[in-house]
Amino acid sequence: MTHTKLRKLKISYGDNHALKEINVDIPDKQITAIIGPSGCGKTTLLKSINRIIELSEGVKVRGEVLIDGANIYGKDADVLALRKKVGFLPQRPCPLPMSIYDNVAFGPRIHRLSEEQITKQLEKQKTNGLVKKEKSKKYQDYSKMDHLVEHYLKLAGLWDEVKDRLHSSASKLSIGQQQRLALARVLAIEPEVILADEPTSALDPLSAKLVEEQFKLLKKDYTIVIVTHILRQARRIADYVMFMYLGELIEHGPAEKFFNAPQKDKTKEYLSGEIS
Amino acid sequence: MKARKKADSIATFFFYSSAIFIGILALIILAVLVVKSLPILSNNNFFELLFSSSWRPSRGEFGFLPFIVGTIEVTLIAMAIAIPICLLSSIYLSEYATKRMRSIFMPVIDLLAGIPSVVFGLFGILVIVPFVSFLGKMFGSSTTGYSLLSGSIILAIMVFPIIISVATAVLRSVPHELRESSLALGATRWQTVKKVVVRSSIGGLIAAVVLGFSRAIGETMAVLMVIGNVAIIPKSLFDPAYTLTSLIANNYGEMMSIPMYDSALLLAALMLLLIVAFFNIISHIILSKLIKHNYTNEA
Repeated sequence: MTHTKLRKLKISYGDNHALKEINVDIPDKQITAIIGPSGCGKTTLLKSINRIIELSEGVKVRGEVLIDGANIYGKDADVLALRKKVGFLPQRPCPLPMSIYDNVAFGPRIHRLSEEQITKQLEKQKTNGLVKKEKSKKYQDYSKMDHLVEHYLKLAGLWDEVKDRLHSSASKLSIGQQQRLALARVLAIEPEVILADEPTSALDPLSAKLVEEQFKLLKKDYTIVIVTHILRQARRIADYVMFMYLGELIEHGPAEKFFNAPQKDKTKEYLSGEIS
Repeated sequence: MKARKKADSIATFFFYSSAIFIGILALIILAVLVVKSLPILSNNNFFELLFSSSWRPSRGEFGFLPFIVGTIEVTLIAMAIAIPICLLSSIYLSEYATKRMRSIFMPVIDLLAGIPSVVFGLFGILVIVPFVSFLGKMFGSSTTGYSLLSGSIILAIMVFPIIISVATAVLRSVPHELRESSLALGATRWQTVKKVVVRSSIGGLIAAVVLGFSRAIGETMAVLMVIGNVAIIPKSLFDPAYTLTSLIANNYGEMMSIPMYDSALLLAALMLLLIVAFFNIISHIILSKLIKHNYTNEA
């Protein structure tokens, strides 16, 4: 049973058909990598899953994206609720112009989560075991939001580096730290799906490795879709692969099968490096 | 090879001397104003000049207070009118308007910026003054319409295009990804504007306002035509007022037979310069504090 299904999805910018009839199911709680050469529609496809593609001017979307059976492009679809359910991690980390703390608290605040909702969300998080619970007497002095910020910074693997300067500006972080902050920010809205657009392309190798490892941990609880142009990255982390070429979904399948026994000629050419 | 080096040093000399020339020019203007206003400063008590409101040049009484108050009031009221309207329309143009809308609006705003100030003055006399007179009657004041309020309104209209075009440019320079990041978290457009876009461009927005302010405080012609030019401290918006700029423009070259008059006018010019400099310094301090707090969008 999959929650996210794309049906006859077509996207065009003016006369330029960026996506041509995409039909695919995105497997739950796995990392799906969308690969393919530049300009083949990877990012367009990714951004269509939480409708931020609509922020580009002159874009036209036809077809359906079904999440839990409901078409997100339907007439009474609630785009704000959708974006809470499907988080997005941009290619360049964009710290919001505020402190580290406020960056993580941004999502819960704009969705006006009550104290109880935050408690509930954190309770649910505790059972996933990704973050080890620490016992400290000081905790009682903290507000619910403090707990939430701490939790998600730990979940994104950033807590230890920033715990002493939570209230300093987020733009002072290194770019690798900023990307993990962006991850914490997305996680804090408690999405079910995380979309990531080449999340490591602006990072140094060490930071990139940190982010990749974080993804591998997170897939236990989240459905992750990642666009990458690095074939080796897809081999390292993907459970499921979608190969796009010039707006078409050429081939898709479980990673092992995809890499070891590709069916289509185009895929073979891409994997062998004949086209890039 | 030698020729190239020579050309290089000649070019350097010209760039250098141009820059120096501008700097010296500012100093010369300041020096002229200071030297020319020295006679009145040595003749009259400085605090009396500043804080007396009796302006009777023929008796040797030069109280500048009405002009200083008039200048500051007309400018502040104009900014109070202009800032909200300008910021709201800049936010609309930058965040909500379609490309087509923007391509219609921006040239209109540029056109507004290009209208000579005397034309604004005529517009003021023909439209604003009667309107203010009507408004005054509704509030039970028998005003001619030539008043502080008319001056402020016309001044506000004149600074609209400056503030709007700078503020819109500042808002548009906020990276698209930043808006996308906020919207992708499920923020509404208004939340994004309020918490992300405006916040990250606050320094630039203040600069836009300061630019408008400097223009407003020095504006002469249009204000002179509608403000009434009576040397009193206005008690209400419907009273006439007098600004430093109007004082100079109205009288220099006319009343020179009165002793000390020309020195008084140059002192007025010096005061104007100092007021502008004061506000510029204040705004610089605010700006640098903001930058220190890191609420601007550095990369």
